[in-house]
Amino acid sequence: MPLLQVKDMSHDFGGLRAVNNYNLSIEPAQIRGLIGPNGAGKTTIFNLITGIYKPTEGSIIFNGHNIVGKFPHEIASMGIGRTFQNLRLWRHMTVLEHVKMAQYSKITYGIIGAFFGTAKRNREEAEIEERAFKLLDMLGIKELSDQKVVNLPYGAQRKVEIARALATEPKILLLDEPTAGMNPEELAQMMDFIRQIHSELGLAIFLIEHRLRVIMELCEIVQTLVFGEVIAEGPPDEIKNNPKVIEAYLGKEMVA
Amino acid sequence: MEANSSKKKGRISRVRHWCSKHFSDVPLLSWLIGAPVAAVLEDFVGTPLALGLGLPKVPVLFGFVLMLKKPLLIPSILIYMILIYILPVVVTAKLTAPLFNRLASKLLNVSGRLSVVIHLLLLYAGLHLWSSISAYRLLTLKLTLIAVMVTLSLNVINGYMGEFSCSHPGFMALGAYGASVFTVLLFVNDKIFGPAHLPAYLAPYMFPIALILGGCLASLGALAIAIPSFRTRGDYLAIISLAFMFIVKSMIENLEVVGGPRGLSSQPDLAALPIVFIWAVLCIWITNNFVRSTMGKALNAVRDNELAADAMTVNTRRTKIIAFLFGAFWAGVAGGLFAHVLRYVNPGTFGIQKLAEVLAMVYFGGLNSVYGSILGAVSLSLLSEMLRPLEMLKWIIIPLLLILLMIFRPTGLISFKEFDVIKLIQPRNNSREKS
Repeated sequence: MPLLQVKDMSHDFGGLRAVNNYNLSIEPAQIRGLIGPNGAGKTTIFNLITGIYKPTEGSIIFNGHNIVGKFPHEIASMGIGRTFQNLRLWRHMTVLEHVKMAQYSKITYGIIGAFFGTAKRNREEAEIEERAFKLLDMLGIKELSDQKVVNLPYGAQRKVEIARALATEPKILLLDEPTAGMNPEELAQMMDFIRQIHSELGLAIFLIEHRLRVIMELCEIVQTLVFGEVIAEGPPDEIKNNPKVIEAYLGKEMVA
Repeated sequence: MEANSSKKKGRISRVRHWCSKHFSDVPLLSWLIGAPVAAVLEDFVGTPLALGLGLPKVPVLFGFVLMLKKPLLIPSILIYMILIYILPVVVTAKLTAPLFNRLASKLLNVSGRLSVVIHLLLLYAGLHLWSSISAYRLLTLKLTLIAVMVTLSLNVINGYMGEFSCSHPGFMALGAYGASVFTVLLFVNDKIFGPAHLPAYLAPYMFPIALILGGCLASLGALAIAIPSFRTRGDYLAIISLAFMFIVKSMIENLEVVGGPRGLSSQPDLAALPIVFIWAVLCIWITNNFVRSTMGKALNAVRDNELAADAMTVNTRRTKIIAFLFGAFWAGVAGGLFAHVLRYVNPGTFGIQKLAEVLAMVYFGGLNSVYGSILGAVSLSLLSEMLRPLEMLKWIIIPLLLILLMIFRPTGLISFKEFDVIKLIQPRNNSREKS
């Protein structure tokens, strides 16, 4: 059974059909890619899966449950983690606080614990902190833990965003252009980082990417989205040579 | 000009360096011991010293009022301040530092809570002795403590959560009237509410219930704002909450049962200094617990990026409503105390002027910071009392101060700083060990 299955999903913004009859099926521990020109609707698909938008039609089955109509935080706590194309970090918080915050759904001490500092709260906060340190250690950014995120370089901020998404203990991780704006060196680091996450945590990854190199090296299967419709799906090699994809990216060859 | 300013900066840093060199090893405990010493000293020799220096009486609020009225007395006032306050406090603190460093570390080893309680008792002793000199001091102190509560509770909404709520005077009014009606109805023979239902000796025990009732009433009002307005963010909440404040005010003005615009008086005298102090401490303690927990940090996450908070499993809607009701609750409790300190409330008190005052305290002291709220509330409360003789000019100086602050420190004096009590009370001999 696939981990995440999207069936015939469509979404309209007013009169504009942003996503049309989109289908997706991701197996556990699979890495999948989604490419497409700007404005094709890639991020919209992420927002639909994570519950920020509600699809006009279609269903999204995650782990056997239909998640259409659930709140974003419910979907996130079921096990869909994500990052954002434009970094959305909490600028006044430290790296450690980011990773602790993402474990919000595991807190059971309630408002009484929060107000009165009960023993249960102290215990849970300590557990959360321990898990946070463990995760940061695994990702190799433990030494940044008490830094405010705004003081970090761009590449590190990207890593913190991924670390934060991982702290929600996702079964599938949605990465929205994780290498956007990176230089070749940072790019190579980020790809190693993604590979490391995949091999150590064994989670499924669904990533939006513009750079062919990243897609070619990481993904098993790639979808190409143009104007809200999937025009091609298959292994990266096939996609690269698919005439429809080339047309969408480079335009039609003039016939003399 | 530049050289001059750098020289000045050099002097300031030299003073700071000198202070840190000589006083960095003085624990809070020693400073707190100094306060009652100064207060006792003032009690015994304050009046003769003041008369000897040519002052009409003991300067009530650090002599500022007198300085403004009779500038010629400024040197005498300064001498008085140094002899009565600064010198005794500094000397006591310095002398007791070695002993109290050991004591503080021992206390901390036994129990952090016990140590905090002892510090608070000392602080209270200082305040009690200081305020026992005059009724005006006592009143100012009580109102300052209440201002701390209101400021802190608004900081939870405006600072920690980053919304802009203008309804705090409304919440205070609900709390003030809620608590007042409760106590007047039960314990006072009143023209409107009839004879007392319960004997007066029960009143102090029922007072907490009255305050909590007032707080809950305010929270209920907050719920009425939260449900429609939290679907949107930003300016909408400001406008809805402003409207709420006016609705509450005109509702009370038109409610003849509670006296309408004439106000409600004859509250029993229940808000003595220890009661107000305990409630203020409770408010600071609970708020600080809340904002330092991961649940409370969720407020910051919502403020800095709500979409990301949602995607990271934070229940943003619940978080916002809890924070809003929490802030309103403490404003309500503060309102209840306010009514019982003055033993009179009228709806006119809870208008736009009060709002400006509270907002100024929050933004002056510093957003997202318990220290900031305490500092803002205390400094602006005292300042507005001290500048009273200037009359109209006061309302030019204070706003001017705010404008300057907004230019040079846009987020307030002490913003985004965690209030770590244990760090505050721990012994200060580390620096010596290092050097």
